[in-house]
Parts: sequence; structure tokens; C-alpha cells
Amino acid sequence: MELIEAIILAVLAASTPLLIAATGELVTERSGVLNLGVEGMMIVGAACGFAGAWLTGSVFVGALFGIIAGTMMSLIFALMALGLAVNQVATGLALTILGVGLSGLIGAGFVGERITPAVHLAIPGLTDIPLVGRVLFGEDGFVYFSIALVVGVWWFLYRTRAGLILRACGDNHVSAHALGYPVLRIRTFAVMFGGACAGLAGAYLPLAYTPFFIPGMTAGRGWIALALVVFSSWRPGRLVIGAYLFGAVTILQLHAQGWGIGIPSQFMSALPYLATIIVLVLLSRARSGGSTAPAALGTVFVPDR
Amino acid sequence: MRKSLLALAAGLLLAGSVSAVSAADKLKVGFIYLGPIGDLGWTYQHDLARQALVKELGDQIETTYLENVPEGPDAERSIEQLVRAGNKLIFTTSFGYMDPTLKVAKKYPNVHFEHATGYKRNPNMSTYSARWYQGRYIQGLIAAKMSKSGVLGYIGSFPIPEVVSGINATILAAQTIKPDIKVKIIWANTWFDPGKEADAAKALIDQGADVIMQHTDSPAAMQIASERGKLAFGQDSEMIKFGPKTQLTSILDTWGPYYIERVKAELAGTWKSQDSWGGLDSHMFAMAPYTNMPDEVKKLAEDAQTAITAGKLHPFKCPIVGQDGKPVECKGGDHLDDGQILGMNFYVKGIDDKLPGK
Repeated sequence: MELIEAIILAVLAASTPLLIAATGELVTERSGVLNLGVEGMMIVGAACGFAGAWLTGSVFVGALFGIIAGTMMSLIFALMALGLAVNQVATGLALTILGVGLSGLIGAGFVGERITPAVHLAIPGLTDIPLVGRVLFGEDGFVYFSIALVVGVWWFLYRTRAGLILRACGDNHVSAHALGYPVLRIRTFAVMFGGACAGLAGAYLPLAYTPFFIPGMTAGRGWIALALVVFSSWRPGRLVIGAYLFGAVTILQLHAQGWGIGIPSQFMSALPYLATIIVLVLLSRARSGGSTAPAALGTVFVPDR
Repeated sequence: MRKSLLALAAGLLLAGSVSAVSAADKLKVGFIYLGPIGDLGWTYQHDLARQALVKELGDQIETTYLENVPEGPDAERSIEQLVRAGNKLIFTTSFGYMDPTLKVAKKYPNVHFEHATGYKRNPNMSTYSARWYQGRYIQGLIAAKMSKSGVLGYIGSFPIPEVVSGINATILAAQTIKPDIKVKIIWANTWFDPGKEADAAKALIDQGADVIMQHTDSPAAMQIASERGKLAFGQDSEMIKFGPKTQLTSILDTWGPYYIERVKAELAGTWKSQDSWGGLDSHMFAMAPYTNMPDEVKKLAEDAQTAITAGKLHPFKCPIVGQDGKPVECKGGDHLDDGQILGMNFYVKGIDDKLPGK
């Protein structure tokens, strides 16, 4: 009983950064922009988030620093890929390389320092309910926020006019432009939203997951978030399934190793990737008309002025 | 595609940053590092040793380092860069630099190379490593004494002989205290991923382990153990900052004395290719202070350390029984020989797990 609760808690913690970063990237890609710099924006968010929390003693301020840092990084991308119409793939890769270096520079002075991690919710009575108490009422703010975020994004994309326009930019920027919508401005906001989410996801690592900063601590999570967006067919609902499934298999394979089941650990380590890909591919095949990529994804748009 | 390749190439050039080089006629010594010098683990310890070297011989040498150099063929370019910058003695500090180092060494016979933890040598290329299993043996003694649940948690990186011999040394030592001690082993399949290391530590603790040991590089496991009120051992470097009431001891990589010795030999013109596999006796590594344990456990650890240093106690002394119940052939007289330890690919009896790939 306690073990099950502990496993669920660990799964939620492992999935949250993936969910936040992937939700941001989903909005970016839905507007027609492919930003491969998620890993770079995350790691800069991690460095700045830790710096903010360490300097002010507040995890909340740290999270804000992370969000701002991620947004600034995404503005570099927007300037290059949208403003100067440079190839998006190249710009995104360069952004990751830049971010890894930059975060090492920013974080150098903070290596080896500790902070008090994000507090967990505690409601007397409710949090103490066996099995579900700590899962539902004992998480840190990031976990609740990530769920609100993905619900909000779903609502925005499918239930508001602005969301419809954003998707229109992603599917056919020429038509959206002809109808008078400011395609580049909309895409810039989408890229900034993606950057803010990546920065927050990065900040989650040193603020809640492992409360210290070390260069390279995102360890490829940005790339996993990118992959999740693709395999969820750019749909928020499937993204949630994918992120939690990935987190769950990651944690369960560690436990399975501890129990000594005897399956080679190399295979177990590959399992989260395999399981997530298989389930999400099956999901998009099972439902008719499973959405494919935004039609204008990754293509450069230069409006005729 | 061409654009993205260009961007990658530009980024890679930026990634290996060179520290300042100046002055002539001093001996130039170069270092290739795997991670950033701020990783608080493997590379950090190599750089501490470089700083000790500068402190000792700074008036006769100057040092250069390249950090964040990826293992594999690309390392060759970085090593050659150091050669062309005039370095006459070059330390390549990770296993994966073995073939690139050898290749460059053959190309430049007048430059001397020192490669860490490898097994390929050349007339101008030495290898060096440490007998960390000795430290693991001491940790096993402490762990068995300090564990209340009788279950130890071990986070492995990759199932390679160095890590496997560490696990075996730990268990052999623990069995001398508690014959029925259990160990749970989780392979992270990475050297460095703080999040995953933390998850592995959580899983081990949730499954009943109360002493955590690791063969991965970040202080994440120490931090989790500290949060949960358990005990843990550090890795590579001093990690007590992340668990003031948690760290029992840590195996500290202390390359300083070796680097100083080799540079002195180079200065004196007596440098020769050799294979150094040093243990506690040659100060290739050290044990961090024994903390958070009663005096009798501390004494037990110190006595074991003294005995191992003096050569009176060998962690792999025979008889050793393998997992299959058959005794392991004793090639080194009364203990396993170096070859058996360097190529160790079996678990000893008492480990309930299966070695991956066996």
C-alpha cells in the first residue's frame, strides 16, 4: 500500500517536467514553428531558476526566473527563425548548443550550493488519507500547475477563437495571412509560450526534483518532450497519457530491477521509450482521422509586404 | 541539412573551450576532460589534481585543459589540438579516449600521453587507474554494521567489470559482518542523470534499503537519502554538503600525487611508458572522513583501511564462491589476480540478482 503510493508519487514527479515542456512545445508547433531548442531552453531555465531561488530564498521567484530565462532564449529563436527566416531546424539545434554552454556559465557559481526545495501541499485530514491522500493533496505547486496548464492549453486550442487562429497559422500560413491575421506575431507569441514552459520545466529540476544545480542536469529531457509532442499527434490529451506513461515506465523499471526480476537492465532502460511510442502510435491509429502534423510545421513564412 | 551541419560544427568548436596559454620554455602539460570542471564528480576531481600540480610545480610548467570533450572519434581532434599547441605531456582522463589517444600517440612519438582507466599502451603512452574496489570493501563493512533492515541499495551505472568488482567487494565485506545481508541493485545505464539517479535512490529506499551506495556521478542519491533520513556513501568526491547527517564516507579520486610524480619524471627526462594501478598504498584514491557512525564502526573501518594499505588484507581473498555455488579459481595465490578483477563479469554468492547480459 505504502509502496504503491510511493511509486505514484515518484511517477508524478518524473512526468511533470516532461509534461510542462511538451505542452509548451505543442503550442509552438501548432502555430507552425518547429523549435528543436527545448533542451537548451530547459537547461538555461534550470540554471536561472536555481540562481533565482538561491539569491532570494524563494522557490516561487526561482520559478519566475526560469520562466523569464526560457522566454528570453525563445526570443533568440524567434528573432532568427521568424524575423530573419533562418532554417528552423538549424536554429533550434544551435539554441540547444548555446543553452548548454550558457547554463554552465550562469550556473558555475552555484554548483555545490543547496536550497530548500518546493514545499508540498499539506491539508490536515485530506493529505493523510491512505493511498490517495499524498497523491491528490500532497504534491508541490509544479504538479498542480502542470495539470492546470495542459487543461488550459486544451481549452485555448479547441474552445477559443484565438486558438483556432493559432492552429490556422500552423496549417496554412498563406491563407491565415490572406485573411489578415498577423502570422509572424502570433507565431512569436507561440514560440515565447513554448520557451516559458521549457524554462519552467527546467527550473522544476533544481527547485523540486533534486534541489541542487549541476551542468547538464536536464540530461536529454528536452528531447523526450519533443518526441512526446510528435507521438501524441499534437493533441494535449494524448500528450498527458504519453508523459505519464513515460514517467510510469521509467519508475516501474527501476523498481522491477530492485525486485530482481531478471530482465536485462539495458532492455528495461529502453522500455519507457518503447512503451510510450507503441501506445501513442496505437492510439493515433485506433481513432479515425488521427491528427497528423500541422501542415505548415517547420516551413519558413515571409509575408509579402 | 548543410546549414544544420554547419551550426553543429560551430557549436562543437565553441563547446571545447581552451584556457589561456602564455610564456615560453616551460613544460606544457595538457588535460582532456569528459565533463565540465564543475560536475562535482569525476572531472572536478581531475581538475583538483591539476590545480595541485600547478601549485607544486607551477614555476616549471604550464597547464591547459579542454573540458566537455565527448568520448569517441571526435576526441582525436581535441587531443591533436593540444599537441599542436605545444603540450609535451597530455593526460586524457576518461576510458572512452583510449583509441583516440593511441592514434594520436602513434602519430606524435615525441609527445608523451597518459590515459586514465584504459588498457592499451604504446612506448609513449602510459595508463593509470585506481583500485577503487579496496574502498568499496571498506564501505561494505560499514554498510553491514549500519544497516538496520539488512538491505543495501546499490545504484550501478553500466554492468562493466569495474562496477561489478565494486559490487562484489562490497558484498564480500558485508557478509563478514552479516552473512545473510541482502543487496538490491538498480542499473541506471548512465553515468550522469541526476533525476534518474534520484528516482533510483527513491525506488531502493521504498523497497526497504536503508544504506544507499552508488557508482554514478551526481550527488542526487545522497540528497534523496538525506531527505528520507537514510544513510549513504558518496562517489568520486566529497558529498557531505548534500547529506551532512547522511554521508558515511566517500571514495575520493586523488590523482594529484600521481600527476605530480609523472610530471616530475617528464621534467627529469625519466618518463617511461608504464601501467599504474594504484590503491590505498599509493594514494591513488582516499577515503573521506568516516562520519555519522559510532566509534566502534569507525574503528573497524580504519583498521580495515590500515590492513588493506599494508597489504595484509585483500578484498578478493580466496575462497570466493560465485553465484552458481562453484568456487572461483584462485589465480593470485591466496587472492584473485589482477586480471580476474579487471575482467570481473560474475556476481559472488549472496547476490540474488542476475548480472545483466549473463
